[in-house]
Amino acid sequence: MPLLKDGKVIDDVWAFVEDGHELSPGGCVVVSLGRFLSEHDQLLARNHSIGVRLLNSDDPGLLVPFLDQIHLVELQFPKYTDGRALSQSQLLRQRHGFKGEIRATGQVLRDQLRLMIRCGFDAMVIEEADAEGVYDYSAHEFSEFYQSAADGSVTIFEKRHKARGSKAAE
Amino acid sequence: MYRYDEFDDTLVRERAKQFRGQVERRLKGELKEEHFKPLRLQNGVYLQLHAYMLRVAVPYGQLSAKKMRQLAFVADKFDKGYAHFTTRQNVQYNWIKLADMPDVLDVLADVEMHAIQTSGNCIRNVTSDHLAGANLDEIEDPRPWCEIIRQWSTFHPEFSSLPRKFKIAVTAGETDRAAVRVHDIGLHMKKNAEGRIGFEFIVGGGLGRTPFVGPTVREWVAKEDLLSYLEANMRVYNRHGRRDNKYKARIKILVSELGLEEYRRQVEEEFAAQNTWEKVALPQDEVDRITAYFAPPKFAALPATSAAFEAFKGGSREHARWAKNNLRPHRAPGYVSVHVALKQQGEAPGDASSDQMRALADIGETYALDDIRVAHEQDIVYPHVKLDDVPAVYAALKAAGLHASNAGLASDIIACPGLDYCNLSNARSISVANEIQAVFADPEFEDDVGTLHVNVSGCINACGHHHVGHIGILGVDKKGEEFYQVLFGGRADEKATIATIQGPGLKHEEVAPAIRRVIDTYLSLRRDQSEKFIDTMGRVGQAPFKEALYAAA
Repeated sequence: MPLLKDGKVIDDVWAFVEDGHELSPGGCVVVSLGRFLSEHDQLLARNHSIGVRLLNSDDPGLLVPFLDQIHLVELQFPKYTDGRALSQSQLLRQRHGFKGEIRATGQVLRDQLRLMIRCGFDAMVIEEADAEGVYDYSAHEFSEFYQSAADGSVTIFEKRHKARGSKAAE
Repeated sequence: MYRYDEFDDTLVRERAKQFRGQVERRLKGELKEEHFKPLRLQNGVYLQLHAYMLRVAVPYGQLSAKKMRQLAFVADKFDKGYAHFTTRQNVQYNWIKLADMPDVLDVLADVEMHAIQTSGNCIRNVTSDHLAGANLDEIEDPRPWCEIIRQWSTFHPEFSSLPRKFKIAVTAGETDRAAVRVHDIGLHMKKNAEGRIGFEFIVGGGLGRTPFVGPTVREWVAKEDLLSYLEANMRVYNRHGRRDNKYKARIKILVSELGLEEYRRQVEEEFAAQNTWEKVALPQDEVDRITAYFAPPKFAALPATSAAFEAFKGGSREHARWAKNNLRPHRAPGYVSVHVALKQQGEAPGDASSDQMRALADIGETYALDDIRVAHEQDIVYPHVKLDDVPAVYAALKAAGLHASNAGLASDIIACPGLDYCNLSNARSISVANEIQAVFADPEFEDDVGTLHVNVSGCINACGHHHVGHIGILGVDKKGEEFYQVLFGGRADEKATIATIQGPGLKHEEVAPAIRRVIDTYLSLRRDQSEKFIDTMGRVGQAPFKEALYAAA
């Protein structure tokens, strides 16, 4: 399935390693939160990029001490109507300032892309023939937003406020 | 009334365009029904028993004549010439073709209307007091805050895939006309010890299969914290609400399973953890801008009484009855609020024809400062009418067949569409409601009985709010036959109470006679005519009423 990163299809260099399985000496690996929390010293000493996969029930706050050393967090959509990962992503990006990749996996459908982008996802694995086209369309479906979210869009409330400010200054 | 600016307009136009694309993909087969369903639901499109249904949002129940006329136009052009006003102050159409839906959304957008989030597992249309801005007892008009919540919740990216639907209601009166204790979140505007107005947060109330009167999570939240405190509640619910069982997914189950203390602790922890940059930036001048749209209209300086109105009342018993039952006191001298009961004998409660809707629009424009409200009793209300104009309003309503004088009385029944329209339903609701209405066909008898709320649901999803009726009726299916359970003692106001099921269900034809016996029991037990049904029941208990209910056997 195509992997989108910032709207472009790229090769996936990451591999998930099941708990209990040995890590290959090189390469970018993704491990579970449990494994990461118990083995982070060794994992971070590998000199290779490390990623963490969170279950929907996992607390992203547990990663806070390590966020500047982690390169990827994978969040899951077991069903596309399950929005827990949206809150997890908001927490990672907006509250904790995570700068690495936040990747959506599972049932990722085009009509959810806008929500994901707004909540801070910058990568998603999506089953679409024209993944880039679909992304581009979804990203621009709406031009205005009322709420502040992890994507940092200027909200309608703020735009109105600014417009009044510039009017008052004239 | 709030008016869209370029931003609001852009969003509803883009939504209509987006949905047009989704419908095209569905009709071409590119989008499976399974994947289309959540998308159409978030646009108010249900697949019903016979056709698609469209639920149009009427934010906090407020309409203008222009909007009402457009709703009538939709009824004529795309439906069968009528529409249904709902308990959540919305409007539903039962016969719109899927292929026509995008055109309907465009037509609605032309008058600043939409169907956004009227269904689906998201924050639904916010509801409020239908007498906001007119009643005697509110400390502030709640509508600006409803509009702010509407905007904040529209397409909220984090809260668009919740465990289940989410309903917010706001009231600011001592008397709660918005049923805030039976909502996912109810906001009751109140003063704190310093006299500042804020919001009591009531969380986890609701009807449906597992009814709860919601507990207070916080006594008072400052206005500037309203949206941030809402977000804290929503995030706790989105992350921890149950998703394993649709029937346990509402926030009321989370609050009940965690316990109020633990739920409150989690919300307070989340609220305290919000950084300034995470909080919804709602500048004061933006609050002021929105509030200005709801500034009180310029009421004429009038005497408190009107000779024309007095003459009207004295003119006939019919007039006197309508005036007694359908008018509500207004804060400005010489004005009243007029309640139009959409409860004609033999019709589905809440239904109006397109001609009636146009008449309602004309009256609103001519006599009611162009302010028309949908009330959760499935009725229409004009909040601001001069007493002097009441005779003309009545005449116009009568010409349109909208002069039912039963507002707030036994035959002003709340009922869901039931088995006649709904594919969830187990039993017919409208016919049972009609038979109960027939018990009260004699106006003198109905007036004598006085205030009585009868609510009818066709299944345990409780769209007819049977849990909060003074008398609730619940349709159930037993081996292919319709039965009706009867509940007593519910109320949706500031003394919110969940009604109690009395016992085995009655057959369809047994319901109306049984209700008649219950009413006769009330008449024999009440202290005097001023003691309402619900108060007599509260004083003497439900036992004698239950006995009467089953006395036929």
